[in-house]
Amino acid sequence: MDLYAVVLVEMLYGVASLVLISAGLAVVFGMIKVINLAHGEFMMMGGYATITAVNLGVNVFVAMLVIAPVAVGLIGLVVERLVIRHLYGRLVDTMLATWGLSLFFIGLVTMVFGNTTTGISTPIPGFAIGDYQVNGYNFFIILVSASLLVVMLSVLKGTRSGLIARGTMQRPDMAAALGYNPDRINMATFFCGSALSGLAGAVLAPLVGLVPTSGGAYIAKAFITVIAGGPSLIAGLLSSASLFGAVNQIFTFAISPVVGEVALLVAAVVLLRVLPKGVTGTFFKGRP
Amino acid sequence: MPGSLTRDAITIALVTGVLVWVLPLIIGTYTLTVLVIYGMLALSLGLIWGFGGILCFGQAAFFGLGAYAYAISAINIGESTLPMFLAVLVPAAFAALLGAMMFYGRLGDVYLGVITLVVTLILFKTVNSTAGPQYAIGNARLGGFNGIPGFPTLNVPGLPDAYIWGDGYFYVCAALLGLVYMLVTALLRSSFGRVAVGIRENETRMSLMGYDVRARKTVMFAIGAAIAGLAGALFANWAEIVTPSLFSLGQSAEIIIWCIVGGLGTRLGPVLGAAGLAYLKFLLGQQALIDNALVTGLVLVLFVLFLPKGIVPALSGLWNFGFVRWRLPGHIHQRRRPRGRERTRNG
Repeated sequence: MDLYAVVLVEMLYGVASLVLISAGLAVVFGMIKVINLAHGEFMMMGGYATITAVNLGVNVFVAMLVIAPVAVGLIGLVVERLVIRHLYGRLVDTMLATWGLSLFFIGLVTMVFGNTTTGISTPIPGFAIGDYQVNGYNFFIILVSASLLVVMLSVLKGTRSGLIARGTMQRPDMAAALGYNPDRINMATFFCGSALSGLAGAVLAPLVGLVPTSGGAYIAKAFITVIAGGPSLIAGLLSSASLFGAVNQIFTFAISPVVGEVALLVAAVVLLRVLPKGVTGTFFKGRP
Repeated sequence: MPGSLTRDAITIALVTGVLVWVLPLIIGTYTLTVLVIYGMLALSLGLIWGFGGILCFGQAAFFGLGAYAYAISAINIGESTLPMFLAVLVPAAFAALLGAMMFYGRLGDVYLGVITLVVTLILFKTVNSTAGPQYAIGNARLGGFNGIPGFPTLNVPGLPDAYIWGDGYFYVCAALLGLVYMLVTALLRSSFGRVAVGIRENETRMSLMGYDVRARKTVMFAIGAAIAGLAGALFANWAEIVTPSLFSLGQSAEIIIWCIVGGLGTRLGPVLGAAGLAYLKFLLGQQALIDNALVTGLVLVLFVLFLPKGIVPALSGLWNFGFVRWRLPGHIHQRRRPRGRERTRNG
């Protein structure tokens, strides 16, 4: 019985961390059709922002939930103005340019922080369910992911700026005719996407030893989750994250963590082959 | 492509010969060998991406497969002739399977990118976790993260003790690059190559004309993988060790950068891009002030923004423009002016 509870928590945690990792990429890809391959590096910089802030004496939760998203969002803003802005509508070119940016940021962070592992300890202690020890921080990640989804859904569906953003995503020319500047809206969307990446990197930072190249561990997972999810932003994110998270954790428990990772990737290849439009392109059409 | 195949072949042979004679006077042959190998690797992606229109994010997978196929079979067989062929055939067969799966599923550009990238990652993670004696193929232990050292390197076919190394190995690699370049040229001149370019330009139109686009793309993909596999085997011989980092995303990224910088849709561009950037990286590696990745990334971003066609097409465009202007100053004006007027009248 206790084992099932632990497995359930681990599964939820697997899904939640995938949602967290992919949210920023999903916003940027879903709303403005840019695949940001520097997403992993944005997360890595979110982690570094947190650690720097904590070392300067800021409360760890303030650092994670406020400082890191704002810092990475601002970096994203600069990147959008300097590079991405010129490449809208050229999907492959944006992929290449952002890949270049990812290398650039790895180099920059290596020069500033050095090529060593840094980290902070988890701020929430673990506790026991029956005979098993559970990491308390996992619940925090589940909580953050769930509230992230709720906030994203309510902003997109419930507020005027969400309405404008969705309208611009569907018909930029119409939005422009009604007096909204698509250029500004794209800029704001990219800022939000980068901030989400920064948040994800910050929240996951206590769980990993951070090195300048640790972004590479996230980008592939985020990329396949978003692509497999398909055109609907939140429904797609949730469905593909649940599927991949479950597959990953089941194989991790049954065999080993490496097999879990490989099973996730194989599942992604099979899914894309069977449903080339993504989960939501096939099943839940037309939902945000 | 004007001119005949024979003329092309002679030009390639002459240029290769002159370069092989001149370059060792400037750069050491040990460094030159790896530049030549990278040139071949870039040519493989330049062929399938620049002429076939297939953007593969995982060309490094075939490079690594070639290297591993060579190392494992060389340990088991004890000499290098058959392993060299295996290093070409294994990646080609793997790419044919993978390509058939993707192209017969009619997957779009982005999905192709994702799948090739994911397959590279699967290979990387799998090979990375094969430490320990239980993971072995024949006598060859896979060695996980540490890779496989100590396999027999290239020898003269039929004479297992006559190893080819040092300057000799450089000449072998350069000759092989010249040969591959010639084969690519011949391929592009054949009807298969022309149809491949047609598919790149407009897939629907080519399939409506009755060509089997899926089969042709699969074959093209496999040819690219075969070249990358050969480059992998040569690299294994040069480095004398194979490690999982051959499969890494960074390696794939570098191949793409070489092609972009050199120029897509040309044969010379990727080779020059690879050799130039790899040499730049080698020079940067000798100083500690600026990080290597920073420069590589900046180069890629700047090229995508300002020179998306790459160096070779830009230079040849410039050359043609200047040459034609100088030869026929009036001709261009006469040809261009009516066209412009027509457009304004109709629009």
